[in-house]
Amino acid sequence: MSRVIRKFTTRVPHWRPHVTPVDLDTANDEQRAALSETPSNTKISEYVLVLAHDPQALAARTPLFNGIMYDSGGLSREERELGAVAASFVNRCIYCAAVHASRYNQITKDETVMQKVFFDGPAADIDPRAKAILGFGAKLSDCPPDITAEDIETLRAQGLDDQEILDLTLSTALFGWANRLMHTLGEPVDKA
Amino acid sequence: MTHVLETAAQVPDHGPLADALKFRARLMDLTQASHDAALLPETPGGLDLPLRAVLAARMSRICRDEVLAAHYDGLAGDTPLAPLAQPDVRADDARLATILDYVDLVTRQPRDARPKTIDALRQAGVEEGDVVRLAGLVAFVNYQLRVAHVLRVMGASA
Repeated sequence: MSRVIRKFTTRVPHWRPHVTPVDLDTANDEQRAALSETPSNTKISEYVLVLAHDPQALAARTPLFNGIMYDSGGLSREERELGAVAASFVNRCIYCAAVHASRYNQITKDETVMQKVFFDGPAADIDPRAKAILGFGAKLSDCPPDITAEDIETLRAQGLDDQEILDLTLSTALFGWANRLMHTLGEPVDKA
Repeated sequence: MTHVLETAAQVPDHGPLADALKFRARLMDLTQASHDAALLPETPGGLDLPLRAVLAARMSRICRDEVLAAHYDGLAGDTPLAPLAQPDVRADDARLATILDYVDLVTRQPRDARPKTIDALRQAGVEEGDVVRLAGLVAFVNYQLRVAHVLRVMGASA
């Protein structure tokens, strides 16, 4: 019997759905078309097969997800991942946090930042620009979100321009979306 | 194409923020396509269009966004479900009450969702495809509310 993972980790767990995934063998044409692209170009997972119950939504969501996380220009790849982790920390989506913390580690070749983030959240003792990004992402992920002009100024003081602030907003809000799917439609379990 | 999000955020026509949005125009188009898939789907399943709009207005009010709430009130039109667009209003019908519980919990505190959150929907007669449609609606609207919120603050402070 696999065990539910409740603590933040960079070891990516298995995701166990609470809803029956669409069977790829019997999927209709609209579902197959929506599954032709996958988030981060990974294999067709049980998660996307669950989302394939609503192919119109999935067909718009996957290219939006990939564009927000990977399109060139603007905010760096690792800082988009930091926005994703900030949201996943607030929403306690263990699965999303594991995937995106491990991507952050792969890009930066530095595991200490995520260790501190998982331990202390927005209070983590990390460099000022990363801390500003993390703090903004966490505050934006609260309900209701309460970002002020002062919060925008804090990011500008760390050198973020309007393009980077927009990109950070998109990646953080995207994970408010992803967390609300991943953390409700299934749960992270160990791979045993 | 008129985008609900940028219109609701009253983004200025010129300047660095307008340029940044133009640079991400494809993503803003896909955001609008996601809005249409969540609110105006071709296959609504067991969640009809007025219910979707009323739920979106309710989430907008929970997130204190009266502009998007007004947009979704307009989309809902004249429906007996309209009172449910106010966050404190409950439903007598068991299926609808369980849907409202899901919307409120996953908007306010998604971290507290548990397997029983989905079980409750199933037991109230929400079929599996509609569970995914409902989760997608709630997740999208919460994304849109956050992007609109920041754009509004940035636009006002430019």
